[in-house]
Amino acid sequence: MIHFERFTLENGLKVLVHEDHTTPMAVLNILYDVGARDEHPDKTGFAHLFEHLMFGGSIHIPSYDEPLQRVGGENNAFTSNDITNYYITLPAVNLETAFWLESDRMLSLAFSEKSLEVQKNVVCEEFKQRYLNQPYGDVWLKLRPLVYKKHSYQWPTIGKELSHIENAEMADVKAFFKKHYNPQNAILVVGGAVDKAKVKELAEKWFGPIPAGEKYLRNLPEEPKQLAEVKETVFADVPLNAIYKVFKMPGKMDERYPAIDLISDILSQGKSSRLYRNLVKEQQLFSDVNAYNYGSLDTGMFIVEGRLNPGIGVETADEAIWAELEQLKNQLVNDDELTKVKNKFESTLTFSEMSLLDRAMNIAFYELMGDASLFNAEVDKYLGVTAAHIQEQAQQLFTKEQATTLYYLAK
Amino acid sequence: MLDRTTAPQFKNIEDINFIQASKHQLANEIPVFIINAGEQELVRIEFIFKNVNWDIQKPLLSLAANTMLNDGTSNLSGAEIANKIDYYGAFFQTEFGLDRSAVVLYSLNKHLSNTLPIIKEVLTDSVYPEKEVNTFINNQKQKLKVSLEKNDFLARRQFSKAIFGDTIYGFSSNLEDYDALNQADLRVHFEQIYHPANCTILVSGKVNDDILTLLDSLFGDWKSEITFKPNTVEFKAADEKYHYIEKAQALQSAIRIGIPSINRKHKDFPALQVLNTVLGGYFGSRLMANIREDKGYTYGIGSANVSLEQAGYFFIASEVGTDVCADTLVQIEKEINILKTELIGEEELALVKNYLLGSLLGSLENAFSHADKFKNIYFFNQDYTYYTNYINTIKTINASQLLELANKYWDFDQFYKVIVGKV
Repeated sequence: MIHFERFTLENGLKVLVHEDHTTPMAVLNILYDVGARDEHPDKTGFAHLFEHLMFGGSIHIPSYDEPLQRVGGENNAFTSNDITNYYITLPAVNLETAFWLESDRMLSLAFSEKSLEVQKNVVCEEFKQRYLNQPYGDVWLKLRPLVYKKHSYQWPTIGKELSHIENAEMADVKAFFKKHYNPQNAILVVGGAVDKAKVKELAEKWFGPIPAGEKYLRNLPEEPKQLAEVKETVFADVPLNAIYKVFKMPGKMDERYPAIDLISDILSQGKSSRLYRNLVKEQQLFSDVNAYNYGSLDTGMFIVEGRLNPGIGVETADEAIWAELEQLKNQLVNDDELTKVKNKFESTLTFSEMSLLDRAMNIAFYELMGDASLFNAEVDKYLGVTAAHIQEQAQQLFTKEQATTLYYLAK
Repeated sequence: MLDRTTAPQFKNIEDINFIQASKHQLANEIPVFIINAGEQELVRIEFIFKNVNWDIQKPLLSLAANTMLNDGTSNLSGAEIANKIDYYGAFFQTEFGLDRSAVVLYSLNKHLSNTLPIIKEVLTDSVYPEKEVNTFINNQKQKLKVSLEKNDFLARRQFSKAIFGDTIYGFSSNLEDYDALNQADLRVHFEQIYHPANCTILVSGKVNDDILTLLDSLFGDWKSEITFKPNTVEFKAADEKYHYIEKAQALQSAIRIGIPSINRKHKDFPALQVLNTVLGGYFGSRLMANIREDKGYTYGIGSANVSLEQAGYFFIASEVGTDVCADTLVQIEKEINILKTELIGEEELALVKNYLLGSLLGSLENAFSHADKFKNIYFFNQDYTYYTNYINTIKTINASQLLELANKYWDFDQFYKVIVGKV
């Protein structure tokens, strides 16, 4: 159970305060409602590149990191297909420094040419390090366009290709900033050893004067229901054959989501899970197999992926995955197994609440989904899932015509 | 009008409070350390064992004996162990390190009486079923094949081998080493390492008295007559300093550079940590500023002093575009040499000091982090004055002391240089 209070500034910035006086630290987390899904198909990877540029100095402050480090703080950020999230942790006594830095870059960046040139290089190296120079690293570059025909989840956050990043220009940067980085598109969470009244005063002081800007109205095409199976095979310099199987699933806000999330736990959480027990340990078809989902806000992906043991035919392995999915469709999970995944969900949540930063991020993300208090309602939603719900969702999800399968094979 | 150009006033960090571990022991003298803190009704219980009887002929025994601890006992199959642990929402982890092997249980307090007996079963009666051993061998080999395709993995292996040779710190596993594993050896090794006289228990979280009673009832009568020999690591670093593994198709080269160095037991260690931070220990470090933020050669570059119980080493690591690999080495050498010849400026040093204190304060987030801090001193024969001294060093060290230190510990010509990719 996370407690918080909220207020909204006149310019539209939502502020949530989560007091926790058991720590001497404070967190300032700011979520911008923009992700890779908001990019133009010819200029992909931009939301993430932009995240890098947010550290390249703002209009009144030449360096973002230095003044923060000087007061004992640390920061980082991440970009997903849905959001861009920035966070600072610092000794609570120095909280105002975080407000000063964070508000100035929301007001305006410095738009330095040098920063743009350097960060384009840095991001290209990141692209190579994580996606191109790794075994199986490019799999999502290949898979996403097979899964999504209309929706902009078609590309990963890093972008479709290096050239999109190389070609980024200052005019793009400025336009992106104007469109997405303003108070109306942001959610600010301040947590830790802070006082609500003081946070309000600091928020008014530093963020209050920032012009509201225009509200970005997202209008993305709905991904249509898939009507025919998609299958593709690629060959690459990898040591083991692999299978990736994707089913489109409802987004995180959908009422069906908890049941589907628990399906992935039944299949693959921990060493008692079905895929591990049956396909790795018993049948020994895979050396490694997993089921998970991305928790996307729009139509998401339910993924089953595995690396095959030597001498195992890829079709045999594929059929074995199907057999597990069919089992979920044909038979109700028993009480113990369902209780097990629910207990695990509950304890995972309890453990994650030990981290102040995790709590702040969750408050911001659930506020984006409509209301931060939804986070506190999650446990009951999961505990309310029945075996019949699980079966019903499995039947909806796991059909041949809605499957996208990629065989990623050793050359 | 709001002045946005001037930074707000800030305060230096004065007090950093450690929650000290309290010492207890079980009836059979197994030491139990307790860190009691936190709101959530949960605990982490770590059973920590020194690695023993390491033998280059059977180098993977300790790793395998640890990783396979959840694969079956006389009474419980691996599936049953996993089911029970998962049913109670607990987490059972095996952690293999170069110095110690551990079993870690995360559990809600209300379920401890169900989860802890499983740990007892595992620690006293693991049997390493033949079939599970074979699966382990196969799966680990598969994983290794994938890792061997990664340049940074190859660089790490080559580097460790160059500085620590054929010791547990230096050796790299090959596919054949896995094939050599067998049930009989594992059972023998299991008895040697998971031994009451080799065990330390560390409990952190919301710890009530019942937990100690429960631990004593389960583990207090654990006895063993088996003998074991703690590892001693004696190594001689290679003569060849430069190790290049060419990968014709590489888009990036993995670089790993460094040298054997001191560990936490040495009086210079805290000061060397400050020096390392300046060079490559944080986002604003000189290596990051030059090689990433000025030149854009890499996504990241960093350096660290690694403290092992019987040795220490210093390293710098990065993955860079192959076309800029050669210049990256030049720049690294330049940055090292600047620290040996020019005093660190006052502003930069003040910043690093504040950053380190803030980061220490922030790292003490919950009971688990306080327990981690305890392990850092306890297994290095230090007490909490280590941290008093560390904090004091950060606050008082000056630029000329750091320059002296750079000259004492860093000589680029003497560094081992491993490159995997293309130069």
